[in-house]
Amino acid sequence: MYVLVVGGGKVGLNLTRELMQKGNEVTLIEADRRRYAMLEPQLEHVVQFGDGTELWVLEQVGVERADMVIAVTGDDEDNIIISQVAREKYGRESIIARCNNIRNMEHFELLGIRPVVSSTDLILRLIEHEVPQYGLVHLLTLQVENLEIIEVEASPGSPAAGTRVDELDLPEDCLVIAVLRDGGGMVPRGDMVIEPGDEVLLVLSPNIEGDITRLFDAPGDSFA
Amino acid sequence: MAQSHTVSVLDESADAHRLLDSGLDGNWEDAGGMFTVGTALETDALIEAGIERADAFVAATNGDNTNLVIAQIAQKRFNVDKVVVRVLDPNRARWYGEQGLTTICPTQAGIDMLTAAVQDGAGSGAVGI
Repeated sequence: MYVLVVGGGKVGLNLTRELMQKGNEVTLIEADRRRYAMLEPQLEHVVQFGDGTELWVLEQVGVERADMVIAVTGDDEDNIIISQVAREKYGRESIIARCNNIRNMEHFELLGIRPVVSSTDLILRLIEHEVPQYGLVHLLTLQVENLEIIEVEASPGSPAAGTRVDELDLPEDCLVIAVLRDGGGMVPRGDMVIEPGDEVLLVLSPNIEGDITRLFDAPGDSFA
Repeated sequence: MAQSHTVSVLDESADAHRLLDSGLDGNWEDAGGMFTVGTALETDALIEAGIERADAFVAATNGDNTNLVIAQIAQKRFNVDKVVVRVLDPNRARWYGEQGLTTICPTQAGIDMLTAAVQDGAGSGAVGI
């Protein structure tokens, strides 16, 4: 695969190294002369000096035959223009753009640039995953099988509190496997009623935690 | 503003206001102008500067790519009728012009004027370096 990386900062440099190690042909474009001079001894001909938002620079490094264009400069406007030109002028379909300031995300969306990677966004998502938000704890993730087991507390006033297990409005790909109450655990039957304060264990496919927390959270106590 | 339009200026530096005042009897606001401090990619700043009721929008910061992005925001998000963009790079100016933006390229305009001056002045013996 031929990958064009625009922007030779920490992200661009490490990305270039990784992609090369995996056997790809890579060109890295760096616009800053001093940064370029630092990169050149490590990367040799792989790094090219130039402004990757200029059409002739992109053409010179063969944008037309790039299988993927990755815009990771420190400037969101530049990343938007690189992505837009790569897609609309040069017909590239695989484009990844970096969003440095999360407030600019709406501009990427407006101009139809996707996927967009924002480290702020990634860290926020990791926090959501790691921190037991809404009392939701990830107990086990089966990556290959694409399943996870979570524990969540039924808050007083939540839709789940006072509801029979078989009447829970659970999304598809989700099942209650245990209820912990008063220091003991039970494998529930359908007619068991969830009480406020119960710890409920569920098995589910990832990415539907949002639906679960809505069910087990009292309206108004989310932290988002 | 001399043609009795209302003009609102958005600049990231408050100092720009002094430039607007210069040459006026009063200050910029007395003359009917508006001034907002903020960067062009901040949607809030654009709204504060009145983009929602603008008939025309001029993107003339010192960055081509910033101008191209905010011009498209003005056009696509705020539906401003007339959007004009300053783009120094003739290639990008031409391509974005073909995509429906009104681009003004000072570099190209300069080249055209210089070329015309050279042709007019042919044989006059005037040489500029």
